[in-house]
Amino acid sequence: MSDVYIVGTDMIKFGRFPERSVTNIGAESALLALEDAGLTIQDMEALYCGNLGQASAMVGQRILHEIGQTGVPVVNCANACATGATAFREGWMSIKAGVNDLVLAVGVEQMGKGLLGGAGGKAGIPKEGLMGSATMPAVFAEAGMEHARNHGTTFEQFAKVSVKNHHHSTMNPKAMYQIETPLETVMNAEMISYPNTKLMCSVNVDGSAAAVLSSEKKVKELGLMKRAVKVRASVLTSDPWQERDLIMPDVNSCTRNAAKAAYEMAGVGPDDIDLVELHDCFATAEILHYENLGLCKDGEAGKMIDEGATAIGGKIPVNCSGGLLSKGHPLGATGIANIYEVSTHLRGEAGARQVEGARMGMTHVIGLGSACAIHILEKAA
Amino acid sequence: MAEESAASGPLPAVPYLKLPKGGDPYIEGHKCKACSAVFIGERSICSKCATRDQMEAVKLSNKGKLYVYSIVHRSFPGIEVPYISAIVDLEGGGTVKGNLIGVAPDPAKIPFDLPVDVVYKDALGRKDKDGNSYISFFFQPAK
Repeated sequence: MSDVYIVGTDMIKFGRFPERSVTNIGAESALLALEDAGLTIQDMEALYCGNLGQASAMVGQRILHEIGQTGVPVVNCANACATGATAFREGWMSIKAGVNDLVLAVGVEQMGKGLLGGAGGKAGIPKEGLMGSATMPAVFAEAGMEHARNHGTTFEQFAKVSVKNHHHSTMNPKAMYQIETPLETVMNAEMISYPNTKLMCSVNVDGSAAAVLSSEKKVKELGLMKRAVKVRASVLTSDPWQERDLIMPDVNSCTRNAAKAAYEMAGVGPDDIDLVELHDCFATAEILHYENLGLCKDGEAGKMIDEGATAIGGKIPVNCSGGLLSKGHPLGATGIANIYEVSTHLRGEAGARQVEGARMGMTHVIGLGSACAIHILEKAA
Repeated sequence: MAEESAASGPLPAVPYLKLPKGGDPYIEGHKCKACSAVFIGERSICSKCATRDQMEAVKLSNKGKLYVYSIVHRSFPGIEVPYISAIVDLEGGGTVKGNLIGVAPDPAKIPFDLPVDVVYKDALGRKDKDGNSYISFFFQPAK
């Protein structure tokens, strides 16, 4: 099986574009990624498109209607917040299988403002606020409180995640926000679902990101190895049975299983990873994933954020892009946007937020329901 | 609260809340005879061990312990806040989610493992489009 490389990748600056169509937003990053590779849509043998909001509306084909109807196979993917990463992985698999040499993966989402989450069944009466909460901030607050009950993690420690990620985003011109949020500001922001304040919730934005994947043979043929990024591992898991998981979604087990499989596939360990983009949909979630991804031992995540180990300049920088908390979280685009971020560092092109000497990085997304996707990427040349 | 009700009496807010005629309300679980996993909601296949047709309906306990919670200060439009969204492990098996009542919405006042009773009350006055009223379950600190 051929090794698979990223030869082009880009994202648009995340924001709110109600006047544009989802396909138009997706087409923009598709063109940017193709330009980054120095290739055209005519070079692509297939398109893998990730989008959630219009999952039944042929978004991938409609992107080709905007940028070139070459007639190639198009696969539309929906997998909650792992949607973009799943589309990317489908492209990766097609090259691994020897079916394709060059494919395009695009993730795109157009979102409204406001709370996400289930409002309960349609029959009878609304259950929200009657039988607890099914909003995403509450669900992830409860997941964080499990860490608090097991390890004594504090509101302040959760809040520090948001301080760090907002700080990182001040160095990322493509993030939705470039604002510092000191600890008091984060902790005193409107409480949404304790312990998540408004600044500890990811930002609903519109956005897209794309990547061009290539077989090794094709990278060499095209002379693109210099800026290429090697995909060392690509793993997708679903949620294994857990005692409480049908009542309390378990974001930990599927992440732990995926991380273990990814490290095995790449033949590396957490110490080999220079930076991580992980799924900080809420500040509470980032703390859980330090341990789930093996970045520290169980129970040490609070200490890790206290010591600044996951800030740029720390032992293992996490969410240098600003993360979902500040860069923004366009659901279907997120899983490719974090691949763009890590690739940009590996290429040494991340500007002010560059992790010096980065050679290997990890991306992680989790879609509630649940799906977890992890990629380990390495500088090729 | 208005008295009129289209049905003969209040309805359960969720299908797994049982209101037996002449008996006390309870939460129904489904237990796998092969592996003893307990589920909320009716099913015929165990998602832990994948055994088919070995599920039996069981009456779950009205006593439990608070596992985790969140204090919800912002919800969907029209939903009164704050409230405590609580996940409770019931004695003898089964985990359920509901509102924790009778406790101030203050993290300092909500200890993990707080023993709770499951209580059954009117569903905060909520009615369906046919005017039916409903019974829901709530958690309150154990007496």
